[in-house]
Amino acid sequence: MAAMTDRPIKVLIAKPGLDGHDRGAKVLARGLRDEGFEVIYTGLRQTPEMIVTAALQEDVDVVGLSILSGAHMTLLPKITAGLHAEGLDDVLVTAGGIIPDDDVPALKKAGVAGVFGPGTTIAQVAEFIRANVRSRAGA
Amino acid sequence: MTTPTTTPAAERGRDLADRARAGERRALARLLTEVEDRSAVGEAALRGLYPLAGAAHLVGVTGAPGAGKSTLVAALIAEARKSGRPVAVLAIDPSSPITGGALLGDRVRMQAYAGDRDVFIRSMASRGHAGGLAAATVAAAAVFDAVGFPLVLIETVGTGQAEVEVAAIADTTVVVQAPEMGDEVQAIKAGLLEVADIVVVNKGDRPGAQRAAAQLRAMLTVGAAQDRSAVAAGRPVPKRPDVLLATALTGDGVAELLAALDRRAAARQSATDGGEAAATRRARARAQIEGILGERVRARLAGAATATEMGALVDAVAAHALDPYAAADRALDLLAGHVGVG
Repeated sequence: MAAMTDRPIKVLIAKPGLDGHDRGAKVLARGLRDEGFEVIYTGLRQTPEMIVTAALQEDVDVVGLSILSGAHMTLLPKITAGLHAEGLDDVLVTAGGIIPDDDVPALKKAGVAGVFGPGTTIAQVAEFIRANVRSRAGA
Repeated sequence: MTTPTTTPAAERGRDLADRARAGERRALARLLTEVEDRSAVGEAALRGLYPLAGAAHLVGVTGAPGAGKSTLVAALIAEARKSGRPVAVLAIDPSSPITGGALLGDRVRMQAYAGDRDVFIRSMASRGHAGGLAAATVAAAAVFDAVGFPLVLIETVGTGQAEVEVAAIADTTVVVQAPEMGDEVQAIKAGLLEVADIVVVNKGDRPGAQRAAAQLRAMLTVGAAQDRSAVAAGRPVPKRPDVLLATALTGDGVAELLAALDRRAAARQSATDGGEAAATRRARARAQIEGILGERVRARLAGAATATEMGALVDAVAAHALDPYAAADRALDLLAGHVGVG
């Protein structure tokens, strides 16, 4: 099938779980907007089901998950499993926030393609997305 | 020339349309993307779906940024779901004129329906289109209509005084106002309030909300005698909207709003609205044809057969060697000369 056309890359930015604030996610959302992406922002305290539904309905290219609470080993695999169950295997999943290095291999195995810790620049995130966003095949 | 029935794009479009109609949500989402991108696949799908659309009530929800449009839409979803009705939402937010990026944040208020297959919410970036909508909004609404959503809520970009395009494509236009949005003089200016079928004064629990609603009612609902003489003389008659008070956050007044919408939908179906629905449909049809016509004219002019001549016209006008009116006439002649060729 055809590769990505010149339409904007669509990114869902979501915060799973019970984090108390979303300043970082909002800064990232706004930064990706400035990179020319169409960013759908869904706010705090999202369940895996909410995130999967939003990714499906919005037909996004990328799901970016921000998590500070420490529940990433529980929540992120639930989200990737949910995306898989809906057939959304061509969606690129990335995560950011407070995620210890030791957890990264397991998350990658669960389908999280990129993990970004504190200090990552928005330009780095955008570059990773541009380099790894998958071309649309079938549906 | 292409025959739209046999190309791979047409086949893919028909396949997506069939699967979306069969209830496959992923196919519906992908189809909306094709329509939003105004691709050949989307066009093929719409050609098949258009005859199946026309039953849904398309409700535009518009108003200034922060008036509470998204919260009101969320409250309307909740109210409609009480009676089991499926609801589709198109939520439009502006694209950056500089980078083309967009931040689509309307879903924040509408995330309570994740497990509910009969609620489908789709955000759309305006992608350079002015007027409070995206260029593909009317087509996306037709897709929801054709796949069986009886109620389609179209939330516009936060508007100023005169982004009134939604009124041309919606059956019913709801204008959301916050209480502190101005005095009686704002209410009698031409523009946004003039296209309202229903005005909702939101945040009804704020001080002054009752008074704002009363003022709007007084300013917007007068004029029955004047309307009669306008009708007699064949002059256009302004809309006389209902003014409702609501608190979207608590749901107060939302049942009344949905009831008012349903009355309009019923009047539309039984043609007891004095021809208003038919006029709206004609306006929508005309807007669609003209929109597509404009796109096709631009595409033809950019096509290989005319691009060189068009470039020469642009150069001549830029150098003030030719006036733009004459250039436009020549461009039309070019198109006429290339019909069936390009």
